[in-house]
Amino acid sequence: MSAFNAIGEEREIDRDEFTPGLEPQPTWCPGCGDFGVLKALKQALPEIGKTPDEVLTVTGIGCSGKLNSYLETYGFHTIHGRSLPVARAAKLANDGLEVIAAGGDGDGYGIGGNHFMHTARENHDITYIVFNNEVFGLTKGQTSPTSPKGHKSKTTPHGNAKSPIRPLSLALTSGATYIARTAAVNPNQAKEIIKEAIEHDGFAHIDFLTQCPTWNKDARQYVPYVDVQESDDYDFDVHDRQEAQEMMFETENALHEGTVLTGRYFVDERPSYQEQKKELGEMPEEPLAERYFDDDYEWERSYDLLERHK
Amino acid sequence: MSDDELIWRIAGGSGDGIDSTSQNFAKALMRSGLDVFTHRHYPSRIRGGHTYVEIRAAGHEVQSRGDGYNFLLALGDSFARNPKEEAYYGNEEIKPLSENLDELREGGIIVYDEGLLGEEDVAELDLEERAEENDWHVFPLDLRSLAKEHGREVMRNTAGVGATAALLEMDLAHIEDLMEDAMSGDVLEANLDILHEAHDTVAEEYDFEHDLRVPTGEHDDEQALLSGSNAIAYGALDAGCRFIAGYPMTPWTDVFTIMSQNLPEIGGISEQVEDEIAAAALAVGASHAGAKAMSGSSGGGFALMSEPLGLAEMTETPIVLLESMRAGPSTGMPTKPEQGDLEFTLYTSQGDSSRVVFAPGNVEEAYEQTRLAFHIAYEYQIPSIIIYDQKLSGENTNVDVSFFDREPAPDLGSTLTEEELAEAAHDASGKFHRFQHEPDGDNHVSPRSLPGQQGGRYLATGNEHTPAGHISEDPDNRVFQMERRIQKLESIREELDDEHESNQTYFGDETADFGIITWGSSQGVVVEAVERLNEQGHAVKGIGVSDMMPFPESEMVEFIESVDQAMVVEMNATAQFRGLIQKELGRYGDKLTSLLKYNGNPFEPAEIVEGYELNVNGSDEEPSAQVRIEPAAGD
Ligand SMILES: Cc1ncc(C[n+]2csc(CCOP(=O)(O)OP(=O)(O)O)c2C)c(N)n1
Ligand code: SF4
Repeated sequence: MSAFNAIGEEREIDRDEFTPGLEPQPTWCPGCGDFGVLKALKQALPEIGKTPDEVLTVTGIGCSGKLNSYLETYGFHTIHGRSLPVARAAKLANDGLEVIAAGGDGDGYGIGGNHFMHTARENHDITYIVFNNEVFGLTKGQTSPTSPKGHKSKTTPHGNAKSPIRPLSLALTSGATYIARTAAVNPNQAKEIIKEAIEHDGFAHIDFLTQCPTWNKDARQYVPYVDVQESDDYDFDVHDRQEAQEMMFETENALHEGTVLTGRYFVDERPSYQEQKKELGEMPEEPLAERYFDDDYEWERSYDLLERHK
Repeated sequence: MSDDELIWRIAGGSGDGIDSTSQNFAKALMRSGLDVFTHRHYPSRIRGGHTYVEIRAAGHEVQSRGDGYNFLLALGDSFARNPKEEAYYGNEEIKPLSENLDELREGGIIVYDEGLLGEEDVAELDLEERAEENDWHVFPLDLRSLAKEHGREVMRNTAGVGATAALLEMDLAHIEDLMEDAMSGDVLEANLDILHEAHDTVAEEYDFEHDLRVPTGEHDDEQALLSGSNAIAYGALDAGCRFIAGYPMTPWTDVFTIMSQNLPEIGGISEQVEDEIAAAALAVGASHAGAKAMSGSSGGGFALMSEPLGLAEMTETPIVLLESMRAGPSTGMPTKPEQGDLEFTLYTSQGDSSRVVFAPGNVEEAYEQTRLAFHIAYEYQIPSIIIYDQKLSGENTNVDVSFFDREPAPDLGSTLTEEELAEAAHDASGKFHRFQHEPDGDNHVSPRSLPGQQGGRYLATGNEHTPAGHISEDPDNRVFQMERRIQKLESIREELDDEHESNQTYFGDETADFGIITWGSSQGVVVEAVERLNEQGHAVKGIGVSDMMPFPESEMVEFIESVDQAMVVEMNATAQFRGLIQKELGRYGDKLTSLLKYNGNPFEPAEIVEGYELNVNGSDEEPSAQVRIEPAAGD
């Protein structure tokens, strides 16, 4: 008996399959950028050829973490900052799953920053969407690692003394192999980027600009934005690390100054962690779970390892 | 203190190869039919620093390091010197002779390396005088030159073993066999030469006036020499564990490395990750996706795991975690055992949290309870924790090979197949009722699906949630879910009582009215002490408790009710286990005293005998410096 008869089965996927029925309704504020991510995902997912049962979305804690509550996939809403280690392990245990991790900028670049760096370094074959609204949403508007310098909030009443993190550059130097930025205000670009990211074999990082009208009223709604691939003003090779690096730097500076640049920044073919582990003989070809359902599987016994102890 | 036992101590500097030499020597003794028990003492540094390993061998069962020892092989410490003979690693002096003499028994043997311990070093010790007083037999040998002559200086360990064999009139065959297994070519030749040369030199040059010889013994079954860490790793493998994630920390690293070395060969996965939060979170993620998964750490690292641990509990994701204690708080004493993390392990995590905690008392129990921990975790979808310590982790004992001859148990527990899922309850939107209010069975467990299975979709969340996993603050739902999670512990207790042999170990005189209660790795020492007390004509019985949560209430009540007074023996300063007994049973404050030790060294049987005497005779005298008696609460 197989545990997953459905995995890899070819069939036509209905657009609405990823949309739940009436319940639960999103609890996000009107105008919240998180709706844009949800919409883009719902558009991208039916096009990747997987059923909702083959997709696992793993989220952190924050307004953004609610994403998988409103999506028909297998979901794991974890703890603050820890979506990536949970997602990584699920993919290692069963790489037949399409694993998508998501969370806020506080979640991913703050408390989970260490995991972000290491997941990118190891190039796990998962997609990671960071809802970057430059504030902590769920805990009521405190300064986040992406808040601009000088940003005032209840925890930085005199203005933020820290410069914001550079998520794209950080992903690149850490080792991510697909890096893009998009914004909730354009679900079409977002949809295409999400699709590419999911189809990419390796760690795909999307810095997703989402507005928080509730706590970041002065903040840009990230419009108008420029698509660097569409615009004639920018010309760089997404496969060239050096050029991508420079373009990312420019993009991050531009955002601090009020200009919103989006698009694909880096695409690399470095083999994914899962592929490398398999090549080294450190990861089995079939999902671990299959074995527990296979009555004919020969389980190794420690009894056979005792020779060296005799 | 029986004389029919050999307790051989090899002492020198860390990094001197003492570990491998002693491991081989212990195996040779085991192969000659003896029961063995090893004890490793080492400082928290890689090279240099005083270290020793003790091997106790006897023709009868041995469960602890014993008291003192009767054979010292004192190596100098060449690694602590550079070629110019100057102190090499810091200015710490290694004194393999002086640091070890206090515990050497009367009539004991000393072999020291006069090639490394100069005359002036020895002169400082009044060795001659002390030897006469204690009837010690001293053999200065130039092990270093001997080794150099036939091979390399580092091989002086082998010379020491050759000398030992001669002095004890021991057959070299087992030692030669083991050397042949471990090395080859020139290295093997050189070592064999050194072994024989040292043996023959000693045999020819000296008259042996001492009585100490290798004891004789016989095993009915083939034996394997294993540490607690080996046993835990093997228990996990046989339970079907095929995923481990971790971050190194002494002493948990032992299990982590054993698993990492075995898993790839058998199609499992091992991950060394960025920190312990990630490690435990990976175990949760892997288990969620359908692997039998474990992680673990020691005190400080375990502290970082508290959030993923709570997540596993709230999402009812089965995982097994190891808590390998060392002396705390904080970084504490990395290479010293203590049983100080009990309360921390029981109550880590916020909310009304529950988990299963087992504390095996010896190598065999470590294997068995690890298997059980996996079974319970996966059947009841709850975190299981094995709490053990640096002592159990590193001590090696011989076990019948046939003990391990059993079927693997690769069962994912209450997990549905796609066929079963098709029949199960679902929401209107198509979500599976993963967390049903009233599961079909009466054990409060709601079976799970695995991501990827058709028709099993649900949301796992650390927030309170409805049957389909939607976040909910509905009061009725909260009560249903909370009670279901908490009541699992009762179901587990019932299963442990009904379907399994007790995890508690009973020993001593059943009719005695004085009881000794202990837990975890202190068990072996207490067993020996109780045997000794009974041999001396006292009536004492003992219990080694392994079930920390759920607590074995009826067994404990029965034991405590059956005695007039009981002493709880544990390696910590705050009587944590006695506190647990009183909390769980709500009484017996006037019946329990404590014998505590927390200086970084495990109990020796004599200290427990002393504790008993002080308890019974009520002497005003303070117990020996390192042990503390805590009177019963209410006294
Ligand atoms: C360990 C821990 N620390 C703090 C919190 C409280 N907390 C919940 S969400 C959040 C920050 C949310 O900000 P962000 O990640 O940017 O997500 P957003 O709500 O903006 O989507 C914090 C601090 C928590 N749940 N867990
Ligand atoms: S607080 Fe901000 S981020 Fe959260 S739901 Fe409201 S608008 Fe969105």
